[in-house]
Amino acid sequence: MEISALIKKTAAETRSPEDTALVWPNLVYIELISILLATAVLLFLSLVSPAPLEELASADTTPNPTKAPWYFLGLQELLVYFDPWLAGVVLPSMIIVGLIVIPYVDPNPNGKGYYTFSERKFSVLGFTFGLALWYILIVIGVWFRGLDWSWYWPWSDSSIHMSVTAVKLVDLELIIQNMFGLSADPVMTLGRYAPTVSNIITVLLFLGYYAVGFTIPFLLLRNFFNQLGMIRYNLVMFFFLSMCGVPLKMFLRLIFNIKYLLVTPWFKI
Amino acid sequence: MKEIIAKIVKLITDNQVYRSVFRHGFPTTDANRALVMFSNVILHLHPVRVRRGALKIRFTWCLGGLTFFFFIMLAITGVFLMFYYVPDTRRAYNDIKDLGTVIYFGSLFRNMHRWAAHAMVLSVWMHMTRVFLTGSYKPPREFNWVVGVLLLVLTLVLSWTGYLLPWDQLALWAVTVGSKMAEATPLLGNAGPFGQEIGMTPANDVRFVLLGGTVVGQSALLRFYVLHCLGLPLVSAVLMAVHFWRIRKDGFSGPL
Ligand code: HEM
Repeated sequence: MEISALIKKTAAETRSPEDTALVWPNLVYIELISILLATAVLLFLSLVSPAPLEELASADTTPNPTKAPWYFLGLQELLVYFDPWLAGVVLPSMIIVGLIVIPYVDPNPNGKGYYTFSERKFSVLGFTFGLALWYILIVIGVWFRGLDWSWYWPWSDSSIHMSVTAVKLVDLELIIQNMFGLSADPVMTLGRYAPTVSNIITVLLFLGYYAVGFTIPFLLLRNFFNQLGMIRYNLVMFFFLSMCGVPLKMFLRLIFNIKYLLVTPWFKI
Repeated sequence: MKEIIAKIVKLITDNQVYRSVFRHGFPTTDANRALVMFSNVILHLHPVRVRRGALKIRFTWCLGGLTFFFFIMLAITGVFLMFYYVPDTRRAYNDIKDLGTVIYFGSLFRNMHRWAAHAMVLSVWMHMTRVFLTGSYKPPREFNWVVGVLLLVLTLVLSWTGYLLPWDQLALWAVTVGSKMAEATPLLGNAGPFGQEIGMTPANDVRFVLLGGTVVGQSALLRFYVLHCLGLPLVSAVLMAVHFWRIRKDGFSGPL
């Protein structure tokens, strides 16, 4: 094959030939060096810090605490605040789907191919927020959780059980019921579901969170809405509000000792 | 001196054997540098020329490439480990012990495999972060982002399935915690919302499918082993091929 023809062909493929460089040696050498460095680091780590091997697996003795691998400890930490169907299944699925839709819900043509914050503030902030949440939860799970999944500071004695200060967790619906002196009798029955007035209020509050969250930007940031259009706007807001809901629920739990925001016979949130 | 080197080069390259393997001279001229890229199947993952922006280390931080490198490293060390490991609950633990005590370079390979796995998880997260922050998922690269997300999930699942194989307490209980969550899947898990309403029991739900039983036992070990050593790496390799192919077709998003 004609060498010059080949080179011309590839030069035509790249848009501005004067701004291009040959992959060999430029890129290939960078790759070679980074591979060598990575190998050196791996070798070093392997020599100073061997892979762990504990006792033979036994169904009879449950270790305390039982920890998932570090990259899943964020999700395990969520178990403190959410039931397993949410922490272990629905939230991770929403993270995955949420990541997948990102390119389709971000119509902003700016900031393609270079680092910028000022040209895409909302998306960078939103993404960084989620990322920070993920890493913070992992750090807590790895370094701050010990026996019985209690909080241990790095300087606490990790072999002694924390004296559990008995915090009583209450459901939001009970708080509302007592605060306003509402009746504890169901107002209706739909199969297994027999809600009280306060239960219905919690349902409305829960839906209200999303309703208000969807409406406010629509009213106040009409530009934002117009840029996205109906479908994108709803997707973005759904994932964004759900993401914000996670630390919100954690906050309510930690400050007000609220166990569940919403209780139904089938699931609790 | 130059002449001697030239003579040696000629000696190496100017014969039928060399020319049957490499269809170009040493890559010291632009023409040969282009030919290297064309005629070598591995290097052919690259184009011949890239835009200068793509070369900036502080643009990619080499993270995608490093993720791929860790994957290769895992494949190589993994094959070595497979020679010594039998996925039998009565043997597995001792096989891993042997790697650390009686097999030459056993612990080195096991440690490398472990560290490369950690490194791959971390680097795939950081690669995703870089791709997001440079806005490289924007058209026409939307689909490659989707492929990337699938690769990310696969990387995590690969790591997790490998975690069970040493069959020690760490392994058993980490996987038990994980499979407890599967049980809570809405509709498909026996402890999940609406699970029992549609007839899920511990013996037919999604956790049962995952573990091949109601507890983490021999069937679970075998399933995780097959997925870890065969199924998931194959799927990952196919998706990586798509990922790289797309990068070649769409060009690189880097700055000019
Ligand atoms: C096993 C996992 C993965 C491997 C081996 C891999 C490999 C690569 C490589 C080698 C590149 C070339 C540029 C670079 O090194 O940064 C690249 C680019 C890219 N990757 Fe990945 N990647 C993986 C996962 C992901 C993930 C999780 C995402 C996003 C969610 C992603 C999205 C992209 C996109 C959109 C590009 C094009 C970037 C551009 O043109 O600037 N990849 N990938």
